[in-house]
Amino acid sequence: MTADILIQVLVSGLLIGLIYALVAVGLTLIFGVMDIVNFAHGEFLMLGMYASFWAFALFAIDPIIALPMTALLLFAVGVIVYQTVIRRILKAPMLSQIFATFGLMILLRGLAQFFWKPDHRLISNSLISGNIALGPVQFGLPQFVAALGAVGVTGALWLFLHRTRLGTALEATAIDREAATLMGIDGQKMFALAWGIGAACAGLAGGLIATFFPIFPEVGSNFILIAFVVVVLGGFGSITGAFLAGIIVGLIEVLGGFLIGPEYKTAIVLSLLLIVLLVRPRGLLGKA
Amino acid sequence: MRFTGTKTRSSATAPVRRQLTRQMPVRRRTMTRMIAAAALLATTALGGLTAGAARAEDEIRIGVIYPLTGAAASTGVELKAAAELAAAIVNKEIPAPAGLVAGVGMPHLKGAKIKLIFGDHQGNPQVGSTEAERLITSEKVSALAGAYFSNVTATASQVAERYGVPFLNGESSSATLTQRKFKWFFRTTPHDDLFVTNFFTFLEDMEKKTGDNLRGIGLFNENTLWGNETTKLQTKLAEERKFTIAEKIVYPAKTTQMTSEVQRLKAANPAVIMQSSYLGDAILSMKTYKELGFLPKMLLANDAGFNDSEFLKTMGKDGEDIISREVWALDQADRNPLIRQVNDLMRERSGVNFNGNSARAFTAIAVLADAIDRAGSTQPDAIRKALQETDIPAAGLIMPWKGVKFDANGQNELGQGIIVQVQNGQYVTVWPFDVATKPVVYPMPAWDGR
Repeated sequence: MTADILIQVLVSGLLIGLIYALVAVGLTLIFGVMDIVNFAHGEFLMLGMYASFWAFALFAIDPIIALPMTALLLFAVGVIVYQTVIRRILKAPMLSQIFATFGLMILLRGLAQFFWKPDHRLISNSLISGNIALGPVQFGLPQFVAALGAVGVTGALWLFLHRTRLGTALEATAIDREAATLMGIDGQKMFALAWGIGAACAGLAGGLIATFFPIFPEVGSNFILIAFVVVVLGGFGSITGAFLAGIIVGLIEVLGGFLIGPEYKTAIVLSLLLIVLLVRPRGLLGKA
Repeated sequence: MRFTGTKTRSSATAPVRRQLTRQMPVRRRTMTRMIAAAALLATTALGGLTAGAARAEDEIRIGVIYPLTGAAASTGVELKAAAELAAAIVNKEIPAPAGLVAGVGMPHLKGAKIKLIFGDHQGNPQVGSTEAERLITSEKVSALAGAYFSNVTATASQVAERYGVPFLNGESSSATLTQRKFKWFFRTTPHDDLFVTNFFTFLEDMEKKTGDNLRGIGLFNENTLWGNETTKLQTKLAEERKFTIAEKIVYPAKTTQMTSEVQRLKAANPAVIMQSSYLGDAILSMKTYKELGFLPKMLLANDAGFNDSEFLKTMGKDGEDIISREVWALDQADRNPLIRQVNDLMRERSGVNFNGNSARAFTAIAVLADAIDRAGSTQPDAIRKALQETDIPAAGLIMPWKGVKFDANGQNELGQGIIVQVQNGQYVTVWPFDVATKPVVYPMPAWDGR
């Protein structure tokens, strides 16, 4: 094995890892603010992919240009889901909360299959296509742009949470709901905002990968398992943690798959989950 | 039991009754049918065995079992249309193209007509066996044909075996069906193992043709039952035929990235990739090949995702020059005028072209009619003997086979699959060379030169 191949594998791992990070960021945000695990998060990703697909197929809008629209659309979906479903189960037992989001996952998948058929779709001839070669290392432009987008979105989210009044209010709600309410922060509004932003992150991830990943109703299930591993590794609720963990998981998956054997790559990632839960249950940067 | 009435009945019927009340109406009807068939069998005492003698000389009854309702109904209806076309040609209701095996009619039976009696197995093996039983005992058929689904063919042919009635299967490809040492079971279509074997023969032929060394192969299969079985068979065949497996990858079917897989293939650099993937993985792997610049001399796909109508639609130019296996291709009509003529008849009658399934269903009825004619009788024993002596040349068929001739297990040993390649957005036959319509594009052209 040469150094070239190793570098190539690392680059591939980094690119996919950044996508994992973006998917996981939304999941960890929702959990951090209100302690609810959103099993339908993969379906938000799926909706984002379909939004890009239809924008492209019906109006010839490139997925990259359609990104702001995709984000707004999924923000709306997130808020609607919060208002119609989640708000009613805030004080319900945890099992009910799990079943509610799990049911939502099945519902969204079923609706997608009903309206858009179970076919695999693909956006071909997108504005960004082709390859970049840097010496011996080469990678797809769509993958590169998606990874850049993931960095941008996660960075913007971090700035929003730490540098704006609204973001700080959200952060405050995450840290202590009751204290925040006493300070005059409207908890309900913050929860809706968290769902909106969480769904928008998944939607943006969907829009970014729609240029190179096949689009079908079950596509969320491919990503959600890894997103959970990332959230656990990064620490429940930690945006920075999820970002770092996404990169680590991507690198481990691709590198482990290459060195040990692709048939074990899922096992490698899930062993990582087990080890983290045993050794450091709060994750890299989670609240103790 | 809460109901006192049941206590008076024998305890043996209680579980059956309980099952009856729980199941759907359709199933209940089937059960009733089965009980009726059993009763009929009891009263007519071995009626099935003397089926031939009971009917007039001029009508030969053949039972045909297909999925005519349920999820596979659309396929079943096509299969039925193809079987009816074959019967119409045998019965000389429509003029037969010269040379077709079914075209001769029934000269040894004084021009008797065949009558197809259809059974519907709904895609359910249990229903398949009750339908076989009904056709044998109450419809008194001389032979059975069907049933498309391998698992239904397995149960229905078991019933035929029990009653001693010939069963001719035209469309089920599970290799195990002809490994059961049945006396009454015959199969015209090649089975799954043969398709994999074909790839190795194809590679040897390509080596002779190009002078290149194609001995280094990369196996790239998904990790469900199908991919694993294929990997085992390929590994065995590679060893027997002196091919080296440069890399063997069994990948998780649901995956978010295939870069580690493709990177390993690239590092091993095999001349040929043999790949078994469903649609999603097929697309993702092709995207990753292109992204990482991996290009084998040939990519041999094991049907499935690569032959899905969506595949070419989504892949466009990047799907070009993929090589896959098939049982039949419409471009065969360009090569063989007989196929064109029979396909025209099919389109006239039912508005659709033949495909791999319906062409095989047509052939099954034609082969069965040929055997019954040579038997000169509708006695099951005579038909079985005639089937064993079947020797139909390729020229009498609409299949890309060398002919029809059954081995001791009832498997047609002259059947063969074809290998197709995507050329200008169409699947064209490129192997076996004697039935090919286009030469193989070799090696695969570079990704960016398309």
